Amino acid sequence: MTNPIDGTETPATGFRLVVVSGGTSDPSSTRLLADRIAERTARLAGERAEQVHVSTIDLRDLAAEISSALVSQLLGPKLTRAVATLREADGIIASAPVYKAAPSGLFSSFFHVLDNDLLIGKPVILAATAGTARHALVVDNEMRALFAYLRTLTAPTAVFAASEDWNSGELGARIGRAAFEMLVLLESGFSHKIENESWQRYQHEYGSAGGTELGIDLGTDLMRLATGGSARPTGSS
Amino acid sequence: MQFGIFSVSDITRDPVSGETPSEAERIDAIIKIAQKTDEVGMDVFAIGEHHNPPFFSSSPSTLLAAIAATTRRLLVTTATTLITTNDPVRIAEEYAMLQHVSQGRMDLMIGRGNTAPVYPWFGADIRQGLPLALENYNLLHRLWREDVVDWEGQFRTALQGFTSTPRPLDDVPPFVWHGSIRTPEIAEQAAFYGNGFFANHIFWPTAHSLRLIEFYRQRFEHYGHGTRKQAIVGLGGQAYIAKRSQDAIREFRPYFDEAPVYGHGPSLEDFSQMTPLTVGSPQEVIDKTLTFHDTFGDYQRQLFLMDHAGLPLKTVLNQLDLLGEEVVPVLRKELESRRDPESAPAPTHEGLVRSKYGDQPARQPRPNANRGDNVTGGSPYQDSENATASYPDLV
Repeated sequence: MTNPIDGTETPATGFRLVVVSGGTSDPSSTRLLADRIAERTARLAGERAEQVHVSTIDLRDLAAEISSALVSQLLGPKLTRAVATLREADGIIASAPVYKAAPSGLFSSFFHVLDNDLLIGKPVILAATAGTARHALVVDNEMRALFAYLRTLTAPTAVFAASEDWNSGELGARIGRAAFEMLVLLESGFSHKIENESWQRYQHEYGSAGGTELGIDLGTDLMRLATGGSARPTGSS
Repeated sequence: MQFGIFSVSDITRDPVSGETPSEAERIDAIIKIAQKTDEVGMDVFAIGEHHNPPFFSSSPSTLLAAIAATTRRLLVTTATTLITTNDPVRIAEEYAMLQHVSQGRMDLMIGRGNTAPVYPWFGADIRQGLPLALENYNLLHRLWREDVVDWEGQFRTALQGFTSTPRPLDDVPPFVWHGSIRTPEIAEQAAFYGNGFFANHIFWPTAHSLRLIEFYRQRFEHYGHGTRKQAIVGLGGQAYIAKRSQDAIREFRPYFDEAPVYGHGPSLEDFSQMTPLTVGSPQEVIDKTLTFHDTFGDYQRQLFLMDHAGLPLKTVLNQLDLLGEEVVPVLRKELESRRDPESAPAPTHEGLVRSKYGDQPARQPRPNANRGDNVTGGSPYQDSENATASYPDLV
């Protein structure tokens, strides 16, 4: 498939869109909201003869491994698979329930245990559900900051749904707007260009980016110091 | 192949009895644990270095000297000595002294330490942790190899005509291991000098340790110390052993669940699956340890963590009996039969002396009469022709 915007190649399998849902009930409105955004993105893509493949990470299933990872730095097998899925994602829909004026602890904790550089440049739609419209700014005030720290590319439209919004056609309109933004961001190939052409401009640690960041630069000051040289800046004495 | 134990020196409440040992009791216990390690035929005892409660091991060289004095075969070492916050001049002096009093039954593992507040206690800046570690080792390396050192670096006062005393036993520097979990610069330094590389290994999946060990092996070869198979690798492990594995699990679980670092986190079962921890029968410990060899190839030193998380002395001594009598002898046999003849032997003082001198007598430095300073003239030793010692190859 050819990218309609600039002609660069996209993966033969289409765009990989990953839903991360912090919903805890089954069925969950948080998951439902994310699914609707994902479906709408896929439908819009279909209209433009593009394909979107959606996979879902339900954080409820990872709750025990996330809490273990918070205290031990050890990623369990399910969490390891989730990291691999996100690493391969072309776009992410991150959907959280809002409790106590903040995205749920489960949702935030999941992103806290990821490597800082795992999601660099990836387009993200922020979504949240709450029991009251008074939580509406949580998405832009808190979630957007978290994803800015992770250096993702958050779409301008966030989708917030309080209980009453489910009765309103306006929610559907916002979902459509966000889905279109996601599609355009996917088509732009932004994250791939960052990864292919500018990745080393970002800070990485050995073994970061989900264990893929394994390049070692032997030409640094520290490497000179490691091999008996001096790390002093040249010119100082 | 050397087998031994390494202790963090934690003083942890026994979650079963509710008792917390006193510092005196725990220090007494660690000496008994080290002596037991010797008695049951294991090779190495290693102690960590910490400068805050609930740990006791602030002064490892003193402890290790006491252990060396009351054991016969055991090699004593550290896990790790803080190369960041200790003055390399003091490390050179203290561990050369330990080398003499233990008659060569020692070596040294250096690491950065991960307790941020320790740095200012010793006048260091944690933001400079890695450069400190690298520069300090560069100096330590020379202090043990050159009778007289002129040195200038970024972090400590310059040295002019300094002689670290005593000179290493037989003028052969203690063997050094560099311990690191995820720092390529440390692996590079170990490779550059032809030193050993130790991966703690016990908190992470094996693949995590493999990456850096492979890098170290490749760079060891690059620097001409031998082939990558001849690089000198040590690994951590952790076990709790009982004749029947269900007893091991039942006995160890309360300690696991409350353990510092990973307690209250993953389940014992998950942790056992994902990390080197084995809780089970002697055969299960043997099987798991042999998988390390499958992954890493021949390596020279296997240390087990056996005494942490509040395990009482009696239990630890019993564990060492099981480890020394039922696990290690089988591992020695199995690993010997798998050993590639090309791989390096485990480093010992005798081996280093042999590779430096062959059949010739070792150098025994005798100082000249005090001339009031070390700054003027050459070596203060009588055989001053050969002031710069070279480091022997480990083949």
